[in-house]
Amino acid sequence: MAVRGQSLGITGPQVRRNSTDAAARIGRKVSVGDFTFRPEWVSYPVMIKVNEKDVAWIDGMTLATLRAQHKPDADITVYNGFPVVDDCPVTRGDQVCFIRRGEMPSAAEMRQLIVSRHSPAVYEAVCDRTVGIAGVGGLGSALAIALARLSVGRLIIADFDVVEPSNLNRQQYFCEQIGMRKVDAMKANLERINPYLDVTIVAERLDAGNITAHFAAADVLAECFDNPESKSVFVETCLAELHKPVVAVSGIAGYADADKLVCREPMRNFYLIGDGVSAAQPGCGLMAPKVGIAAHMQASKILELLLDHSTGAPK
Amino acid sequence: MNLTVNGESRTFEQPLSVHQLLTELSLNEKRVVIELNEAIVDKASYIDRLLSDGDCLEIIQFVPGG
Repeated sequence: MAVRGQSLGITGPQVRRNSTDAAARIGRKVSVGDFTFRPEWVSYPVMIKVNEKDVAWIDGMTLATLRAQHKPDADITVYNGFPVVDDCPVTRGDQVCFIRRGEMPSAAEMRQLIVSRHSPAVYEAVCDRTVGIAGVGGLGSALAIALARLSVGRLIIADFDVVEPSNLNRQQYFCEQIGMRKVDAMKANLERINPYLDVTIVAERLDAGNITAHFAAADVLAECFDNPESKSVFVETCLAELHKPVVAVSGIAGYADADKLVCREPMRNFYLIGDGVSAAQPGCGLMAPKVGIAAHMQASKILELLLDHSTGAPK
Repeated sequence: MNLTVNGESRTFEQPLSVHQLLTELSLNEKRVVIELNEAIVDKASYIDRLLSDGDCLEIIQFVPGG
């Protein structure tokens, strides 16, 4: 063995520690030239994840010892994705999550869980950015929720309307919110998803005279209106005055051909989602599936735009 | 007069304003966004803005629904 290590120009233990770390984590044999690494040689700490944080694994660790150390008041233990009741040994690479029912995650815990899901590069690209959403009806309510789940740091949501019973077929509100201003109801819903975001509300009808002032701070704008005249005014004003990317929607009514919804860039800074022709009209209404798909295509394009303006996150 | 509208070449007998072009194309001017030679055209100028031979336009008309 020593001979093989020397043939690579490094001493034995050094080889094991440095050149085969990744292999050790996944417990596989790895060969480099005529040198073969065996995972059983590993004697240095290997990490596990406890509540999304890296913790050094030590021999003899069990769920009970981890819980006593990290969260003694936990009610629920989730072990590698499954809730468990009985104690068992923990091995290298395991993921353990201890939960206390009803406990609000701290800002740091929320950040940590988002980073671990999205990667630090994605989190950093969105956490201090601002997205303006014009209209929080079918499109805007679903878009705002997706952006809140992405941890986009600041949302400006504008709508003059109130929640009506007929909105509940596709808009992300609840029965007890009927009659509330949509911006207030949406702010409350977003805070339930992530209380650490900054949500600015604008409870006014938008027109060519106030759009620029309300959305000047936005890095990206989303057109989420129902009415085509309002769509036109918003997009025209943003493109002419704000010079920031605008992601708009046209052609999402009915239930047929959801796979015909596309995103194209007909003009510089202007992204348009939909099939361009499926108009809401008697006999062809707006329903949760296609409206939701279009809203999430908007969210996806907005994320892409925010990442394109940051550094090197994988798509 | 030759214009390129949404990538297609079109020929018109008379000189046209943006407003007249929209009428020719049966488009609703309150529902469109127009880019003329890569600059957005303000709705207020549709009547006065005359098009020239060789102009390139991108016109998007929105449909209801959101």
